Amino acid sequence: MKINGYTLATLKKGQKGIIQSVDASDPQVQRLMVLGLVEGTEIEHTSSAIGGDPIEFRLFGCGISLRQEDARFFQVAPVAAGD
Amino acid sequence: MTKASEIRVPANEIAVRPTIESSVAVVGNPNSGKSTLFNRLTGLKQRIGNYPGVTVERHTGVLSFDGKQTELVDLPGTHSLSAHSLEEQIAVDVILGRMEGSMAPDGILAVLDATNLYQGLFLLQQLVDLNLPMVVALTMTDAAVQAGIEIDVDALGAALGGVKICTVIATTGFGLDKLRAAITELPQMSPPSRISVWPELTAAAEQLRAVADDDLAFAESERLLIDGITERNKSFASALSAEAVTKLEELRREIFGDEPPVAAEARVRYNWVRKTLQSVQRSAPKFHSWRTRVTGFVNQPVAGTVGLFVVMAVVFQAVFAWATPIMDLIDGLAATLGVRVGALLGDGAFSSLIADGVIAGVGSVIIFLPQILILFLFIILLEDSGYLARAAYLMDRTMRSVGLSGQSIIPMISSFACAVPGIMATRVIPNRRDRIATILAAPFMTCSARLPVYALLISAFVPATQVGFMNLQGLVLFGLYMFGIVMGILTALLMRKTALRGPKPPFALMLPEFRRPNLQTVLIQLLGRVKVFLYRAGTVIFTVAVVVWALAYYPRSEIIGTEVEKQRQVAAYSLSGPELAEEYDHIDNLASAAQLEQSWLGRAGKTVEPIFRPLGWDWRVSAAVIAGFPAREVVIAVLGTVYAVGDEADERTLSGRLKASTWEDGSPVFTLPMVIGLLIFYACCLQCAATLAVIRRETNGWGWPVFAWAYMTSIGYLGALLAFQIGSA
Repeated sequence: MKINGYTLATLKKGQKGIIQSVDASDPQVQRLMVLGLVEGTEIEHTSSAIGGDPIEFRLFGCGISLRQEDARFFQVAPVAAGD
Repeated sequence: MTKASEIRVPANEIAVRPTIESSVAVVGNPNSGKSTLFNRLTGLKQRIGNYPGVTVERHTGVLSFDGKQTELVDLPGTHSLSAHSLEEQIAVDVILGRMEGSMAPDGILAVLDATNLYQGLFLLQQLVDLNLPMVVALTMTDAAVQAGIEIDVDALGAALGGVKICTVIATTGFGLDKLRAAITELPQMSPPSRISVWPELTAAAEQLRAVADDDLAFAESERLLIDGITERNKSFASALSAEAVTKLEELRREIFGDEPPVAAEARVRYNWVRKTLQSVQRSAPKFHSWRTRVTGFVNQPVAGTVGLFVVMAVVFQAVFAWATPIMDLIDGLAATLGVRVGALLGDGAFSSLIADGVIAGVGSVIIFLPQILILFLFIILLEDSGYLARAAYLMDRTMRSVGLSGQSIIPMISSFACAVPGIMATRVIPNRRDRIATILAAPFMTCSARLPVYALLISAFVPATQVGFMNLQGLVLFGLYMFGIVMGILTALLMRKTALRGPKPPFALMLPEFRRPNLQTVLIQLLGRVKVFLYRAGTVIFTVAVVVWALAYYPRSEIIGTEVEKQRQVAAYSLSGPELAEEYDHIDNLASAAQLEQSWLGRAGKTVEPIFRPLGWDWRVSAAVIAGFPAREVVIAVLGTVYAVGDEADERTLSGRLKASTWEDGSPVFTLPMVIGLLIFYACCLQCAATLAVIRRETNGWGWPVFAWAYMTSIGYLGALLAFQIGSA
């Protein structure tokens, strides 16, 4: 897993990204994949709780919240705003 | 409606009760509107039971349509047929016909949320592979239109192997009749055809079926390939031959290599979902609805958090303020009824049993029905509107700082109603340490059985002065709820730092859209809760009230009886008219007090009094507390009974009697420090056999329940001791 790349945790509020790769070795991360967090999916950071953690994401209209530390398992390619 | 109803049925074929013709399983994602739809389809024809050997509730109902009866089984919400939790495993077992004592369903009603096709279609692919007749109910179509989602229903049906799709809006009833017809005809329909999502897996599943000597269903074969043989499906998988097991391992290596099978399934299936969505779902302009505005507000971190506290404060204020008029009414009715019945039946043991035992005891519990109704109404509304999930999200960071997770908040909030379902709800927490910490914290949340004790003591001893927009009584009640929360959090923190130390696993929480709760669904749930409460009042509390009455009534002392006669005669010489009647009452009350004191209950209370004396409790309070250990709501009934026969019986209401209660020297028993101590004791002490039983079941042993009981009782005792000693000093 690359440390310097963009992950879900680095997306800013209102920013969209497409998931590029998932570190699936942890069974709990696999559980998140069953919820739809897989490669090729577009995801948007919509809001966060106090202190920026956890983060609420939107994927295809459904809301899902992840903690900062877990969002790092998902590498993303940011999508330019307006797409 | 149709010709069928006009056909004359031969007399010998008319069943006395309509027979169930088929059974349909209702399957869908959590929050897909599944339960609302289930309630709309079955109405009040529902039954809640338990699945054999587990604590998961089994909801079934009957759908009547066109003279035919179809049983609907509402399965726990699930994202996948790969079972990760007990609830999901049960859904899988029921669908695959592996559940002990029940057959495989005749068909599937798949509930698909139109605003969340993405996750819904993942599950639907797995359902199509079951090869069972299936109908899809596309719900929330009104919300989808507002959110700018346009769905091509025909294309969606075609993509799912030609399955029939019924568009419904469960809240308004739109499309329900078509759906009812489709469900009724389901057993005669052919299953959807298999869709080509994952050719490698399909081929492997067929190969495995060819090797397995028993009739392994295609869907089961697929699940075995993905899940492997695990603890959960072991009993079923043990029927496989050694040859089949070898083949299974070989095929799994071939398909997945080093990739975790669950991850592989997610990648392949969601890839198909994304492609399918491109052809069946289009974006349309959004409508700005109330939903958008509410979401916009609660999504602001600070405003959302402040909003959460306002919501909680309003709930507690409502529970206290709105219920009062109805409660006063019930209280008055019970008191009048007791006096009337007592007068009607005359003196004697039977009259006392009915008036002082049954009416005073059960009446003093029934009185809290309005408060419990209001509390449950709010919890149901918050849950059904999607706000509870939002609360978990907003509180996650706070909960994590005390060693819990946001998911702990749902069991905790449920525990405000009752710790038993709250502890059962901890199953959503995947990590065992988090789960046990939550189980130990949950009984500190103020449950509906504590509410009566709080309400009684507060209304009797806290003045109803206004403080800002709340009154002081509401504020004290709010404070007690907060106290419970703080104690629970401290407990969790302590546990996570000591016995339950360990790392925190990843966590995700689904945040459903806000939705307007459906009145019918809310009422059905509320009715279920009221039934449970009244059932307990009618059985456990009734029994305890009668037993306590007997302990307080017997043995009767003849010396006291003779003494009363003497005093009455003396009074009759010197007094007359109203003064004499007053003197008679006074003598009778002194006599009942003396009788109570030498009764079994009085003696038991006096035996334990030294233990509770440092807390400022007299023998009557001590006796009531002891009687309340099996179920804490009994305390009110016991106090009601004990004080109905004592010398404070002049006061019509229980709170009046408590205020009038004194020590031998005439000083009041219920001083403010003593009442605060008693409240603290109730806030902490684990006086609930049902909670202990559920902790034992959920933790698989007596260790945790025994620890929880000893820990909570010690804290309650010490808290009450400190409050009384410091307050009285």
